[in-house]
Order: sequence, then structure tokens, then C-alpha cells
Amino acid sequence: MYRYDEFDAQLVRERADQFRGQVARRLSGELDENHFKPLRLMNGVYLQMHAYMLRVAIPYGQLSSKQMRALADIADTYDKGYGHFTTRQNIQYNWIALADMPDVLDALADVEMHAIQTSGNCIRNVTSDQFAGAAADELEDPRPWCEILRQWSTFHPEFSFLPRKFKIAVTAADTDRAAVRVHDIGLHMKQNADGETGFEVLVGGGQGRTPHVAVTVRDCVSKADLLSYLEAIMRVYNRHGRRDNKYKARIKILVTELGLDAFKAEVEAEYEAQQNHERIELSQDEVDRINAYFAPPKFETLPETSDAFERAKAGDPAFARWAEVNLNPHKVPGYASVTISLKPLGVAPGDATSEQMRVAADLAKAYSFDDIRVTHVQNLVLPHVKLDDLYGVYVALDDAGLSTANVDLASDLICCPGLDYCNLANARSIPVAMDIQDVLVTSGLEAEAGKLHINFSGCINACGHHHVGHIGILGVDRRGEELYQITFGGRADEKAAIGAIQGPGLAKDAVAPALKRVVERYIALRETKDETFIDAFERVGADPFKEALYAAG
Amino acid sequence: MPLVKLDPAPGVADDIWRFVEDDAELPADGCVVVSAARFSADSDALLTRNMQIGVRLSPADDPSDLAEHMDRIALVEISFPKYTDGRGYSQAQLLRRRYGYDGELRAVGEVLRDQLLFMARSGFDAFQFDPTSGEAAATIEAALSEFTDAYQPAADTRRPVYAQRAAARTPVNA
Repeated sequence: MYRYDEFDAQLVRERADQFRGQVARRLSGELDENHFKPLRLMNGVYLQMHAYMLRVAIPYGQLSSKQMRALADIADTYDKGYGHFTTRQNIQYNWIALADMPDVLDALADVEMHAIQTSGNCIRNVTSDQFAGAAADELEDPRPWCEILRQWSTFHPEFSFLPRKFKIAVTAADTDRAAVRVHDIGLHMKQNADGETGFEVLVGGGQGRTPHVAVTVRDCVSKADLLSYLEAIMRVYNRHGRRDNKYKARIKILVTELGLDAFKAEVEAEYEAQQNHERIELSQDEVDRINAYFAPPKFETLPETSDAFERAKAGDPAFARWAEVNLNPHKVPGYASVTISLKPLGVAPGDATSEQMRVAADLAKAYSFDDIRVTHVQNLVLPHVKLDDLYGVYVALDDAGLSTANVDLASDLICCPGLDYCNLANARSIPVAMDIQDVLVTSGLEAEAGKLHINFSGCINACGHHHVGHIGILGVDRRGEELYQITFGGRADEKAAIGAIQGPGLAKDAVAPALKRVVERYIALRETKDETFIDAFERVGADPFKEALYAAG
Repeated sequence: MPLVKLDPAPGVADDIWRFVEDDAELPADGCVVVSAARFSADSDALLTRNMQIGVRLSPADDPSDLAEHMDRIALVEISFPKYTDGRGYSQAQLLRRRYGYDGELRAVGEVLRDQLLFMARSGFDAFQFDPTSGEAAATIEAALSEFTDAYQPAADTRRPVYAQRAAARTPVNA
């Protein structure tokens, strides 16, 4: 993984010092909350319902064991012993005192981490495929380009006060695990006609009140042109994006209002005009330097299959089930990528205790080349585990309450913090999500149903990605009553689609039974066991599911 | 409100300019600043006047409208009605890097300490700036020195980190 050189280290130290000064000015009363707000927001510090919240950047979701241990130590020293992994592949702490924030930033800087641009109307932490560098199906490792984007976007003097926040995701596989089509800019690494790798640039995806699937503005931008091309898009957005209404300020609205052709023409004209002396000329040397940090670890030469793995599966059905559900194919024979589910029953999705973080760190150190990933579905990944080692890893995870076998299944849901924590929320999300998990798991329907993405947002801002859930749940407030609207048909992958609301909202206690009926209906109407929920939905349409949703209990 | 200029070192300077509203008559002498709209509508008359001319850009103005008159304009004021409106950064970069403007580039409006470095990097060299406490020039100097290096090229003289890395790799005698 990337390691800081003296430039990176100095910049992060200077940022921590700067924020220490800003907090001192706030605590002394020199700054009032109004003037402090823009400063703390630039550092990922939000004022939540009960306390300040700190969002720490995990660039493209990658952590070393040392970094994960530091996150655990911060949870113990400054918070209540746990942290919350987010859909931005970041971690949030909900209970840190403002006076402690500078010390936390120092502790982060000690392990090459920061909270820069985790909030504010700037280019946010760049996200990527959690299996980058490991997945059997990727074209090449996207992480060097994520790191190049991290550096380019950090304290960008022109693009730190955009009309609205700006999110970029990168994938190098045709199976999109990074949801690039619901980002402001999605980059899909692909080969051009000459066999050179470049980037399909998609613009204007997003969720929130006005969900959009991104559209392609250029089919293949070369690596050498990428940063200049992105600067052209950013400048067009910064100059022409709407600033009169924060709900119409994302780039998706600019693309829609201008029309794709006019938007493209603006970008192309700006890009052309930059060619004389505004291009960013990243030397091949610098690209090579960054690439070198992401060189593959020293994999052993192993057979495709492992006797130890097969024996363990035969001897332990729970392990066999976990292995069936929680592993992803690795590009190197004899290895697999392990997803550690943070969605056991009875726990807020994405939460991990400090002890669990340390277990993940220890396992990464011992079995996964010191590499941990955070997924946008709020789980963790050990990307490079030998098949021979899987049973040992599983047993250690099981001891720590981390062996839930539900990746991509109904209870592996994405969920925002909701009204229990968030100022913006209209409805509680976590308790209702827990009900759904409980009903679908204990009834056995989850195992029977197979792949099913349920996404849950406590308000229209869609932090829980409900628009792109195969089943989406949106909490609304109607005259003081929390109601839940259900959407069907969304997806965040390479066939991204926005789900459609099915009808009136359901009361809190009616949600889990209604979803149970929907899943039962799916199982009854699917053609084969291999036809997933979303495939069946796309074949038969919404009607049978809608009927099940509103059938009298 | 204090006017601080960066050149040759941050210091409070006298303001010789005065802004003339669009509907007001131009004074017979003195350095005047007019809106971009008035400048475009009236550029012949303004440029034949025997005095230096300044132009104030509002966030929606297009700096390319000034491009053909760069050598006649001695001051561009870019206004920030709210600090959250970042269009002025793009206007500044365009003036400096694309249109070759080398006169005074002044930030006016809601100019706050923690935006100053972004502004300086975008090409501003003068600020109408009211520090909430302390002295204006010293505050600006401190704010501009909070970060030693920058990752990306902009309109200032800082060499981006990637270029510094490349230089460090190249042997001196090569």
C-alpha cells in the first residue's frame, strides 16, 4: 500500500497543527460556532444530535494492521470503544469531545491518516473496489490512480468551495463493486482499441433527493490525460453548477439542465483550452513511483485447490457455509479474498468494537500481507488469504463475533445511522433494519433467497443508498409518524438502476413482515434457484412483489 | 477594511481605487473600478480615459470578457459575496493562467483567514481583509505559511510536490 514520503507526512502534520489552532480559537471564544463551522467541516467534524462526530478518511478503503490498531486505540481512548464503518469506506466516531479532536488528528497522523475532505463542498475521499489488486476479474489495480487522485484533490485551491460535495469512485473490473454509476464522477478502467488502459469517464450519478445514474462523457481518457480532463469537468462544474439551491447543486443537476451534449461540449472546450499551459503533466516517473507501492505482495505458488480447506469444509458445516458466502475469487491460485461481515444480528450495520478491529488487524498481519479493506457495503475485507489458512482465520473471526455468513444476502444491508444519531433523519433506521434482519434470518428465508441487497435510509438524503437497493427502504415523517416507503428494482452495479417507490409508506412494525412476504413471493415465482431477486424482478416486473408488499398480514 | 498586498511582503496598503456604481457618472480623474457589465458596455470610453482602469467581477461574470484588454486593466477585483461561493477561484486561475493577467488581483467580500491560502494559490495578491483579531498583514502571513507544499499546480509559484519529487530523483550533474 501507499506509504507517505516527507511531503505527504509534512502536509498531514501541518493540517493537524492548523486544526489545533482552530479548535483553540473556538474554545477560547475567539471563533463562534458560525465561523468555526466551515473550519470543522473541512476536517470531518460534524455536530450531531448528541455530540461532535469525527469522520476519518480511509483512502480507497485500504488500511494496514497498524492503522486499524490506531483506529481501535482512538475508539478506546476518545470514544466508547467502537467505531462505525461507512458507505464511503471511512470510519466515524460518534462521541469524541471537541477538545480531544486535535489529539485524535495527531494520533491519526502518526499512522499516515487524516480527516481531510471527509466533509464540506469539496472532492471527498476517493472510493474503489474493495478487492482491488486481488480480484480475478480486474483489468489492473486501480489503487495507484486512486492515490494519484487523492493527492491531486487534496487542498485543491480551485475546487475546495464547489457548489456541493463531490464524490469520485474508481473501478477496474467490468463487475462494478464500487458503484461508480452513482457517483458524481465514476471512472471505469478499460482498454481502448489499441489495447492501452484508460478511463471511461461517467458523470452525474448520485442519490439524494434526485437520484441519477451517471452517463458516459468520454469513452476512454488516457492515463496521461486523466487529471487534466478531470480539471476540465471540475472547472465547468465549479463555474456553472447551481448555487441557489443546495438540493439542485450536485453536478447531476447541471448535466440534466444543460443536457448531456451541451455539458460535454463545455467540458471538451475547457479541456482544449487547457492544452497550452494548464495541463497537469504527471511524469511517468511519478506514476511509476506510486505504482511501486501497489506492487503485488510475494504470493506463494500454490495449487488451485487446498486439501486442508476441503477437509475443514467437510468437517464443519458452518465453516462450509461461511466459505460459500463470504469468499471472493482471487487472481492468484490458492488464495481468496475474505469478507468480514459487520452485519451480525442485533448490531448496528457497520459498527465494530475496538476488540474486533484488533482481531481484524492481527489476522491481516498474519494472513493477508498486512492489508485490510473497508467496503462501501460497510464490511471489512482481508484481500489475500491462502486457502490453507482460511479455517484458522474463520475460527479466530468466529471467536470475535465476526463470522456472520451473509455477504450479499438479505441481512448484509446498508443502513444509515438514522434518527438515533443524525440531525437530518426523519425516521429511525437501525432498529427497523434489525427487525428485518431478524425476521429474514430466523425464518430461513435469507439462506433460501440468495443474493439480495436491501438498503435503508432514514431520510431523503439517501445515505443508506435506498435508491440502489434491490429492495430500498426510505424513512419519512408524516405528521409526526415515522413511515417507511419501499422501493424495488434498484441496483448499484454495472447495470445501475434507481428503484421505484411502490406505494404508501408502512408503519414501523409492518416493514419486516411485509418484506418477508415479498421474499416469499420471490421464492415462489423464480424460475430456478439461480435466478436472483433482481433478475426475477426484471423479468416479471413489480406487480407481484407489490401485491405481496401490501397483502393484509 | 484593511487592504493587504502580498508584494513584496504582506503589508497594509493605501487604496487608491474607488468603485463607481453602474448608474453613477465617472469622475474626471482618479483610478476607478467598474463592474464587468459596465466595462463591456463602455470599454471604448473607459480605455480612452487617461487613467488606469479596474474591473470588478461578480461570481457569474465570465473572465474571458476581459481577455482582449489585459494590458489596459490594472486591477481586477473578484468578489466573494459569500465565502462558500467558490467561483472566484476559477475566475482567478483563468485570468492568471489562461489570459496572462499580471496586474493586481484583489479578493473582496467575505474574505476569511482560512480561505487565504486557497486564494493566494489561485493567483490573488491583494485582499480586503478584516481579521477577527490581531493585525491584518500578520494574520495573512501566518495563514499563508500554514502549509509548506502543495500537490497540484495552480497560479502561484509553488512547485507541485510531484515536480519536487521528480527533481529530487534527477542527479544534479545529469
